Amino acid sequence: MTQTLKPREGYVQAFAEFERGAAVGPSWLTPLRKAAISRFGEIGFPSRHDEEWRFSNPAAIAETPYELAQTGHGLRMTASDIASYAFEEMGGTRLVFIDGGYVPSLTVIGKLPQGAVVGSLSEAFAAHHPAIEPHLARYAKFDTAFPALNTAFLSDGAFVYIPRSAVVKEPIHLLFLTTDAGKPTVSHPRTLIVAEENSRATIVESYAGIGAGTTLTNAVTEVVVGQSANLDHYKLNRESLSAAHVATMQVQMAQQSVFSSHSINLGGSFVRNDANAVLAAEHIECTLNGLALIDGKRLVDNHTAIDHAMPNCNSHELYKFIVDEQGRGVFNGKIYVREDAQKTDAKQTNQALLLSADAQINTKPQLEIFADDVKCTHGATIGQLDPEQQFYLQSRGIPKAEARNLLIYAFASDVVSRIKVPALRAQLDAILLSELPRR
Amino acid sequence: MALLEIENLHAEVGGKEILRGINLIVNPGEVHAIMGPNGSGKSTLAGVLAGREAYSITEGAVRFKGKDLLDLEPEERAGEGVFLAFQYPVELPGVNNQYFLRSALNSVRKYRGQEPLDGVEFLKLVREKLNILHIDRELMTRPVNHGFSGGEKKRNEIFQMAVLEPQLAILDETDSGLDIDALRVVADGVNALRSPERGFVVITHYQRLLDYIVPDFVHVLSQGRIVQSGGKELALELEAKGYGWLETDAAKPELVTA
Repeated sequence: MTQTLKPREGYVQAFAEFERGAAVGPSWLTPLRKAAISRFGEIGFPSRHDEEWRFSNPAAIAETPYELAQTGHGLRMTASDIASYAFEEMGGTRLVFIDGGYVPSLTVIGKLPQGAVVGSLSEAFAAHHPAIEPHLARYAKFDTAFPALNTAFLSDGAFVYIPRSAVVKEPIHLLFLTTDAGKPTVSHPRTLIVAEENSRATIVESYAGIGAGTTLTNAVTEVVVGQSANLDHYKLNRESLSAAHVATMQVQMAQQSVFSSHSINLGGSFVRNDANAVLAAEHIECTLNGLALIDGKRLVDNHTAIDHAMPNCNSHELYKFIVDEQGRGVFNGKIYVREDAQKTDAKQTNQALLLSADAQINTKPQLEIFADDVKCTHGATIGQLDPEQQFYLQSRGIPKAEARNLLIYAFASDVVSRIKVPALRAQLDAILLSELPRR
Repeated sequence: MALLEIENLHAEVGGKEILRGINLIVNPGEVHAIMGPNGSGKSTLAGVLAGREAYSITEGAVRFKGKDLLDLEPEERAGEGVFLAFQYPVELPGVNNQYFLRSALNSVRKYRGQEPLDGVEFLKLVREKLNILHIDRELMTRPVNHGFSGGEKKRNEIFQMAVLEPQLAILDETDSGLDIDALRVVADGVNALRSPERGFVVITHYQRLLDYIVPDFVHVLSQGRIVQSGGKELALELEAKGYGWLETDAAKPELVTA
């Protein structure tokens, strides 16, 4: 029945069904969900006439009659089904979500300090965890379509809570998988990470597709970094090549906190990441780095927005795109330096390596500076493989294809070398050195 | 069998003929110096032998150990045992020297039907070669040639040569841009690698390098042809008379038969 409706109405009607059934959680969530769906009902999906979507036309998503994914399938999956996405060697804690539903049987909870919580949002709702209500859906605005839909359909997701001065040594892996339901399905994974004052943790948020389903993952992640807390975040996208992936990460940072995020995009046919950070106090260090490998006719669009609201904060951005065949990359980097944010030091770098004549990159640095004593730099470069470098490698006996991969690897190395989780870095090394082009 | 036979080699770049009938035979154990003024075709010859794409061969043949060298890809030539020390070694930021060299060595070993070296065996070999050439081990951890001084780049070329153990080494103006101390270090490295099985083609503009790497034969290249060949004395004569005589032929050094 939903297929005959226009997409916007389809989602609104699906919401009515969702409210009657799967919409569990505390009562304060209900008005938020309602506000979110009514906002979506007003604005609908963006089009490419919208400045924020100029180079990545979301029409295909808007026109696909995605149905809300059913979560039952995931409960029948076994450890071997997910082995290639699980990073067993990483150790630590792993939460597994399949098609948006939490799968306790595949979840592993490692050693955690007292008071730390890594689990599902639904468990946290049931336990009335005190960090949920003040933080959930308080930072990621739902004034645009995708976060609005995610908030409207919010029922479960990942919850990470690191209490004051706690240190979690091993990485916490949040694994979101989608499966092929034989029809287009959408899931709306939600994540809330709260790192209290002076705490430390490493989070790996990863998304992957099992099979080649037509899926849409519409994720929202909220990250709260408390005073002097230090959070190391990685996002790995290995969605299937027929999957669409739209995600917003909203980071709220307190005084002297340190946050760094690496966004690694290897999969998905249409990928849009919005990474937004609000530097709401002084002496904050914020790093947003990214690497995208784009081949076939895939598109990866990385939008970042760093809001320097207060003085004496530093931000660093390094986004690299490797684009082959008819792939397309988009980078838009906004940096706001508010009137009060004197002594801001913001550095943004965007580099693209185009491997074919049809490969494309659209890049747009967008700096809005209202303070006068600041240091803000941005740079964008676009290049190709250097034939002289390739010949040098070949002249030393390295076959042409291998030489090409080695140079691609070299291009990516200053992002990859900053990854502090060995299991993640090792897998990336292997992919970069052997898998391009992936035909 | 001769190591390298070049027969009536003609090559052009962008429709302009640069090599116009080169003939040269290099036997194992021999060091041949090729001298000549700028634009005489020295670097083109090196590039053609290593398989640089920019050149098209219009006539002639090059055989390496009896095989048609021109038919092989650059990496196959390396596998067969040809090594070119670049005039301008290429910087590879982001590529670790050790990773690069191990990939190169295991690629040529694979081509030669040998088992790849594991990490331990490779490091043992590297240490041995570093000691012979008096090169600091720290070189291995740096990105290939990136941020290297001119002297370090040339030493790295010789070091790669030592590890890959070619049968024919072509040194393209290895002396360019080096001060006398760096030149001596590089020359010592080359001399340490001289052997009865290995041939060298040393391309240079100046006689100075040949004080340190003493050649068996000297050839003078002019306008894409070898116009004169002789023993090591020819280099000294060239140094004294310069290359001006090539224009006029009047002051041609006395022919020394090789």
